[in-house]
Amino acid sequence: MSQTLIELKNVGKSFRSVDGTAHSVLDGVNFVLKEGEIIALLGQSGSGKSTMLRIMAGLIKADHGEIYYRDQPIVGPVNGVRMVFQSFALFPWLTVQQNVELGLEAIGLSQKERIERAESAIEMIGLSGFEGALPRELSGGMRQRVGIARALVVQPDVLLMDEAFSALDILTGEQLRNDVLELWDKGDTPMKGILVVSHNIEEAVLMADRVLIFASDPGKIRDELTIFKSRPRDADSQEVRLLIDKVYEMMTAKAPSASRAMMNKQLGYRLPDADINRMEGMIDLLAESPFNGRADLPKIAEETELTGDELLPLTDALQLLGLANVSHGDIVISALGRRYVQAPNADRQIIFGRQLLANIPLITHIRQCLTHEDSGELPLDQFRRLLYESLSEDEIERVLNIAIEWGRYGEIFEYDYRTGIISLPEQNLSG
Amino acid sequence: MIRFQSLPRQIVSYAGNRWDWALLPFVLAILALLAWGGNQMSTPYQVGVALPISLDPIMLPYYLLRTTLRMCIAMIVSLLFACIFAVLATKIKLAERILLPLLDILQSIPVLGFLLITTTGFIALFPGNLLGVECAAIFAIFTSQAWNMAFSLYQSLRTIPLDLAEAACVFRLSGWQRFWRLELPFAMPNLLWNMMMSMSGGWFFVVASEAISVANQNIRLPGIGSYIALAIDLHNLQAIVWAIVTMAVGILIYDQCIFRPLLAWADKFRFEETSGNNAQSSWLLSWLRRTDHFQKLGRIAGKYMVATFSWFRHKKTYPIESMDEKVISPRLVYLFDGLILLVALLISWQLIRFILHAVTWSEILHVFILGCYTMTRVMVLIVIATLLWVPIGVWIGLNPNWADRLQAIAQFMAAFPANLMFPLMVICIVHFELNPNIWLSPLMILGTQWYLLFNVIAGAAAIPTELRYAAKNTGLRGWLKWKRYLLPAIFPSFITGAITASGGSWNASIVAEYTHWGQTTLQAEGLGSYIAHMTAVGDFHRSALGIGVMCLFVMGLNCFVWRKLYQLSVERIRLS
Repeated sequence: MSQTLIELKNVGKSFRSVDGTAHSVLDGVNFVLKEGEIIALLGQSGSGKSTMLRIMAGLIKADHGEIYYRDQPIVGPVNGVRMVFQSFALFPWLTVQQNVELGLEAIGLSQKERIERAESAIEMIGLSGFEGALPRELSGGMRQRVGIARALVVQPDVLLMDEAFSALDILTGEQLRNDVLELWDKGDTPMKGILVVSHNIEEAVLMADRVLIFASDPGKIRDELTIFKSRPRDADSQEVRLLIDKVYEMMTAKAPSASRAMMNKQLGYRLPDADINRMEGMIDLLAESPFNGRADLPKIAEETELTGDELLPLTDALQLLGLANVSHGDIVISALGRRYVQAPNADRQIIFGRQLLANIPLITHIRQCLTHEDSGELPLDQFRRLLYESLSEDEIERVLNIAIEWGRYGEIFEYDYRTGIISLPEQNLSG
Repeated sequence: MIRFQSLPRQIVSYAGNRWDWALLPFVLAILALLAWGGNQMSTPYQVGVALPISLDPIMLPYYLLRTTLRMCIAMIVSLLFACIFAVLATKIKLAERILLPLLDILQSIPVLGFLLITTTGFIALFPGNLLGVECAAIFAIFTSQAWNMAFSLYQSLRTIPLDLAEAACVFRLSGWQRFWRLELPFAMPNLLWNMMMSMSGGWFFVVASEAISVANQNIRLPGIGSYIALAIDLHNLQAIVWAIVTMAVGILIYDQCIFRPLLAWADKFRFEETSGNNAQSSWLLSWLRRTDHFQKLGRIAGKYMVATFSWFRHKKTYPIESMDEKVISPRLVYLFDGLILLVALLISWQLIRFILHAVTWSEILHVFILGCYTMTRVMVLIVIATLLWVPIGVWIGLNPNWADRLQAIAQFMAAFPANLMFPLMVICIVHFELNPNIWLSPLMILGTQWYLLFNVIAGAAAIPTELRYAAKNTGLRGWLKWKRYLLPAIFPSFITGAITASGGSWNASIVAEYTHWGQTTLQAEGLGSYIAHMTAVGDFHRSALGIGVMCLFVMGLNCFVWRKLYQLSVERIRLS
């Protein structure tokens, strides 16, 4: 019976917003990592998966619930759990060897032992010859190798990878991924479990034994997919493609329509991170051949070279505005969407503006307040304060930025960055 | 002729290489000098007996040595203070609330004020020995250097990149190891830069610190400062010229032998992703790096240092603190704030009572008006310096060939104590019978205008090349070019330079508004001369009043003018 390495029971974490109200980032998360498995965690950005990882690493304390490492409660960073960072987190003033030895210094090994272990870790990860190099001399892929060597040199039980390959180009990331999987499969390292947080769906499917889908608002594990195929997996094989499709489906599956309608009506609805250019590009691409209005999400991801994290907000936004529909892992252009694609630029903005007013409560509310105001202008702070009770500070800024960008494009309102004032556009728009 | 190949290997490899041999006499000489100089600092001394200072140029190297020693010790103490301050302020949340405002206040107290308070104290600490007076002088220099460095270190500690901090936490680095592996290296570039600036500031106060004339006491410690003071008293122009030459040599030595190598070494701490070509080079550092035995010594020291990292390490499963922001209960914060407020009010009350003992309200008003005079002077001078130096600075900055050389010169001028030029100005004013109220003012900005210059040069040099091309391509010319492109681009660095220049000018006003040459004393009406006068005659009440008013002015200006401008520059104009 394989032992449980990490267990999370009903873990919750909330952050305080400006006026003191608590927003939960994680709520009721239950999770188990057993010996001998690789688990991937997928979810949209801001869904709390990084927070969960940091709780497991002992960097943050959970507000409620229990966390155990080998049945011992975690109250801080433990020796058996190590992390690899997205931005590599190498100390720029230490050489590769010194960086790798860092964790060993902290444990207190003698110099001879440290050098020995560091050198074997460096060799294992394929960096021999680079011991004396400073991080600024290395490329991204090599820097991440140093990060991995640094984590593995202390022989941890659990390796946490926080979007470890996201900052690398596709080729390097693939190479590194295969190297890590090789180390795992060969059993060269005492690693017993790996947790990968990623926004690359293909990566998750190629690496993991179990894929967990994270929901946001509040964050909890929504769905799970177990993959029985043995590694190494071929990305082009039929089975893998089906699995990727299934994951896309699971990620875009919607909550029951009643609660969804209610969520949409809220002012504090978390607008998806989608900018105008990309939305236009996507819908144009969707309308023309080879898709002709209907596309398999993984295929369109491949065509646009977007990762899951970048693709899904776009499809969400298009769906929100009624220009397309997403179901069962496919995106289908709507009638309005077809009209949008065929219209000239000026008309596109009109259609866009109309859809904004019909579907985004925040923008509608801003417009209404502006029209009621004599001078036709209001400070942005007023709307900021409205959102205090539903969103954290960072989220408020993000949502407002998106709303302003969309509002400007749809000519719903104008915004002066220097004074912080939103105002009605110069020419009065009908509708 | 002995050939190296035929000697046993031990002799050949232990002999070191030729760089070692070249460096050896240097190092030995420095060690001997330091030891002798240190010995001289502790000699018997009776209060009231004048120490002999000779104007003979032969004595100048010895005086330079003594002064240099004092500056070095003050720098080391400042470094220690900066470390302790920054660590306390970042680790203990409540401490941060007092320490930062305290630093602000300390920064606004003029150096002379510190001298006034501490001289007698230090002398009493080491009765019958010169060490007491030395301590007072070193303390005075310390106060002109420490605040800058403490603040810079604090800032750096607060802005450590999150991922590095997380990595340090996950890898269970102990506090001691974290300080030496993460925090100090990260802060090193800024700290070194501030050390250089502090050093420059220190030279200015050398005269005031060594020729201590407070409370009717006149003690002259052996050093360049006293030499200059004596030369001014005896109006010996030739001696002043010798002193200027020696001072220049001293600053050059410091620059080449200490700061340049340090800056070149600190290049490895530069927190940038790519290796650039702007590294400082230093002949001394290159020399050191080529030696054999000296390098070995360095490595042995390094090894021992690393061995200490495991001293305070965390035991196996001992949980260390997570990275959560520790939230202090608001009530405790209110209590603490209330306490500080109470103490502050109490101290102010006592201070006011002390002052009111001897001073009437109308005189207090008069002192405030004097403060306004000085403030006007400082503001006007900054405006004039801006109009003069900004165009020049921008031109230099945009021309990379000139930028490096001229920036180094500007830094040197900033280091050079301008008060050596004061006597010359006094002679001019007396000769041409000019109004001291107006013509003594430029002295205040003489030393500090260079900060403005080289900050503007740095700001102009940092304009991204693409922006420059875009401006040229768009055909910007004349006033439009300045208004839309150049001025906004250099605004943040300009403000930084202006803040430093303004602060330095206030401090300088004490020396500039009240200068003398031989028997002639020139006074300008202002707060600086008031303080200088009252300190010299030992009127504690009025000195306290003057210093307090100056503090208020400086802090008020910082808060209402400079900080707002700086925030403006950071929020609106960011050339990233």
